[in-house]
Amino acid sequence: MPRTNDFAFKIATANGTGSASANGLIMQAIFRMGIPVTGKNVFPSNIQGLPTWYEIRVSQKGYTARIPEFDLMVALNPATYVKDVAEVRSGGWLMYDSSWPLDATLIRQDLTYIGIPLAEMCNARFTGMRERILMKNIAYAGALAALLQIDSGIVRALLKEKYGRKPALMESNQQAVDIGYDYATANFDCPLAIRLAPLEKTADAILIDGNTAAALGCLYAGATVGAWYPITPATSLMEAFKGFCQKYRQEPETNRNRYAILQAEDEIAAIGMVIGASWAGARAFTPTSGPGISLMNEFLGLAYYAEVPAVLFDVQRTGPSTGMPTRTQQGDLMMCAYASHGDTRHICLYPADPREAFEFAAAAFDLAERFQTPVFVLTDLDIGMNDWMIPKLSWDDSYRPDRGKVLSAEQLDEVRTFSRYLDTDGDGITARTLPGVHPKGAFFTRGSGHNRFGGYTEDGDEYVEVVDRIDRKIQRAARAVPAPILQTMPGARLGLVTVGGCHAACVEALDILAAEGMAIDYMRVRGFPFGEEVARFLEAHEASFVVEQNRDGQLRNLLMLETGTAAEKLESVRYYGGFPMSAHHVISGVKAKLEKAA
Amino acid sequence: MTYISKPTVHHPALQKNAIGLVRREYEGAMTTLCAGCGHDSITAAIIQAFWELSIPPHKVAKLSGIGCSSKTPAYFLREAHGFNGVHGRMPALVTGANAANRDIIYIGVSGDGDSLSIGLGHLCHAIRRNVNVLYVLENNGVYGLTKGQFSASADPGSTSKKGEANTMEAIDGALLALSLGATFVARGFSGDKAQLVPMIKAGLSHQGFAFIDVISPCVTFNDHDGSTKSYAYTRERNVEVVQADFVPHAQAITTEYDPGTVRSVLLHDGSWVRLRKVADQYDPTDRDRAYAFIRERQKHGEVVTGLLYISPDSSDVHEQCNTVATPLTQLPHEQLCPGSAELEKLQARFR
Ligand SMILES: Cc1ncc(C[n+]2csc(CCOP(=O)(O)OP(=O)(O)O)c2C)c(N)n1
Ligand code: SF4
Ligand SMILES: [Mg+2]
Repeated sequence: MPRTNDFAFKIATANGTGSASANGLIMQAIFRMGIPVTGKNVFPSNIQGLPTWYEIRVSQKGYTARIPEFDLMVALNPATYVKDVAEVRSGGWLMYDSSWPLDATLIRQDLTYIGIPLAEMCNARFTGMRERILMKNIAYAGALAALLQIDSGIVRALLKEKYGRKPALMESNQQAVDIGYDYATANFDCPLAIRLAPLEKTADAILIDGNTAAALGCLYAGATVGAWYPITPATSLMEAFKGFCQKYRQEPETNRNRYAILQAEDEIAAIGMVIGASWAGARAFTPTSGPGISLMNEFLGLAYYAEVPAVLFDVQRTGPSTGMPTRTQQGDLMMCAYASHGDTRHICLYPADPREAFEFAAAAFDLAERFQTPVFVLTDLDIGMNDWMIPKLSWDDSYRPDRGKVLSAEQLDEVRTFSRYLDTDGDGITARTLPGVHPKGAFFTRGSGHNRFGGYTEDGDEYVEVVDRIDRKIQRAARAVPAPILQTMPGARLGLVTVGGCHAACVEALDILAAEGMAIDYMRVRGFPFGEEVARFLEAHEASFVVEQNRDGQLRNLLMLETGTAAEKLESVRYYGGFPMSAHHVISGVKAKLEKAA
Repeated sequence: MTYISKPTVHHPALQKNAIGLVRREYEGAMTTLCAGCGHDSITAAIIQAFWELSIPPHKVAKLSGIGCSSKTPAYFLREAHGFNGVHGRMPALVTGANAANRDIIYIGVSGDGDSLSIGLGHLCHAIRRNVNVLYVLENNGVYGLTKGQFSASADPGSTSKKGEANTMEAIDGALLALSLGATFVARGFSGDKAQLVPMIKAGLSHQGFAFIDVISPCVTFNDHDGSTKSYAYTRERNVEVVQADFVPHAQAITTEYDPGTVRSVLLHDGSWVRLRKVADQYDPTDRDRAYAFIRERQKHGEVVTGLLYISPDSSDVHEQCNTVATPLTQLPHEQLCPGSAELEKLQARFR
């Protein structure tokens, strides 16, 4: 029986051979057919030559989590044949370049082999080494179009959009697509039993990666200073911001920039620049990954203690150390929550997809300025760099930046004296002033001991008064960060808690478990410090599974530390091998815990 | 009715500058440094320079790192915002602040430990970026605040207070700045206020990174015989090669000098700096020759001082970033946020 609009396939190629544009073409064509689709790029930390994969999941129900077993493998990289052949599910298909025979050891009896002489055909049609390689990769897209029943009209339209201004390129790409398409049609029973059929489920959606979405959030929130040091997987965030600024932040009369992007000498300088710019009154941010946050720790303590806003994006990758730079993880939850020596606690936001990356990016600037403190937006490589299908982004034009308590020249005129750290209304947040505004606004910002007037102190009581107020201030932010997403089921006594990108795997797993008769309530935390709802949820359930992507159960640790929940009530379910989490990780983790308890 | 007339002779400290402020109004908190510390003399020179330039104190931001030297921004311009950051990283803070608000006058104060060890990288990159700041390196050859360890500017062969000899090469801030393309490089001595004040004024008027290395003896840890950063050593070996006179914007140049010995350089804000060559064959606008000259004199144990190099055409960080003339902090939200209709439109790209 054919399986329509619900399958996964994977394309294995080598880095730098142009496969990215073919993969993008396939993704986009499926999306334009109205079918929910997600793509995950599995790439090496290398520029050219090493193996790279692209995984596409088609799901009419809209599931976006990774599936580690594939219905179809497009195996175009002999270097990874063995591994690729093994990853196909029993009864699946394997497409390969039959210009060369397959080694007998690669033949599995339970697979159907689709040999297409891509190299042979492209060598015959095209000249020049580079063109032949590039076109070979476009040709497989054509073959897939035939095998999976991708609308060729849409493929043609996409090529036209992309190469409209370069007719020669457009022509050769279309030729390559046709070569693959025609060969597959002539030699195989197309379409396969896994196939596509148009739906109408993507009309109000977009395909976007989280870094681009976060960059848009920065643009819309009015960030004017971005400082950074390049690091995978955060680099594309600043590149996207720059692209948007070039379009939207030019003063028309002069062509001068209404933004400044500073490529710093290291991440220490990057956060220093952000702190300096925020101190002077700009909205400033830095995108980085774990190694960058490690370097920034001292400055983060300064911003926390001296109460200077800052917005940081931590697009997490596998640590510790350099780790696996092109693989994903949620390994920085603890570090970001308490970055720096001394007592600190930082506001953290945890988007689960690019849509939230956009929204939380904008929210981060408001929170940073309102609470006068660093705010972390923690995404990960999967959210940041992969293309997700999300509902279209929207913006409320009545939005005005929340600059927090910043005294104007007029307000300073009125006051007799100004004291930077004096809590006049008891909310823990004290008024700040910006340089250049008013002589009465001057104060000395320092990371050394200071009293509530901003003066230097080595007096224990004066010191304690200030750090206790800062603690109260940050605790209050629990009410201002995005509330957790809750989903309850009748009769559920167990809970499942997760954070960020694990969401996709969790919702799918919970559906499957529910279908098996298992009722489990769900909570996805979206901000730190945790609000009361978080503690209440944990309190209300006999036990909760805590699902996350790191070895040590960092979310679970945070929940125990911050809500006082007993360790026995929190069952840890983890996957941290570097790929995005799959539903089966959650299901098997949950079942294993239940069996142990039984 | 009273017939007691006001005194007509003002005490010099009560003399007002062009914006009606007396010098006291450019002071800050009481110093907490050791009596006789060179850093306090530099503070006095900074106060004098700002007062003479009639800069409104609240239009200034003063930033520093950590060290005895870095404490000093608390001791001048109490009406200016101050930022005492983390050790060695003031250049990053001032770079960000300057990017955000280009209308503020920035002064950064640092020490030789702060700038040449822990913060060396940041200093180098702020110079390369040509951030518009007057950067004062208060150079005493030691870490004062941590009690006298050698700093990176300690000369080879000079000894610590306990008699230990320094074995490593020194990093010379002025030579470093020259080699990195700094557009304003000066060296002064905390004991020579007359030389220092005009250089600070010129540095404040310079568009871009103005670097002043000021030998500033640490009386507590590095003022002994074996030191090459002591008062005695610096007084004896200090050779002034270029004397800088600062001529403010709109003030006529009255003093006459022998032609050929004077070079006038127009600064960005319309002021002039007149450079009087004290040493023969010294050209303060020729980077390579300035570098070679300083190196050469160093070999003879001389400490070359003065406004060593100035580049009249200096493109600062804002020119490099092509930022608008209005400070970024003052751009209204409407100019920054493209709005919902545009968001709808731009998402066509993601379909
Ligand atoms: C990260 C860090 N490491 C070490 C210190 C300790 N420390 C404070 S000041 C200083 C040296 C300051 O030397 P310098 O910049 O020359 O200033 P001076 O006191 O001589 O004026 C050191 C090492 C610190 N504050 N921070
Ligand atoms: S220890 Fe040295 S540098 Fe520090 S205040 Fe005393 S004299 Fe000045
Ligand atoms: Mg020192």
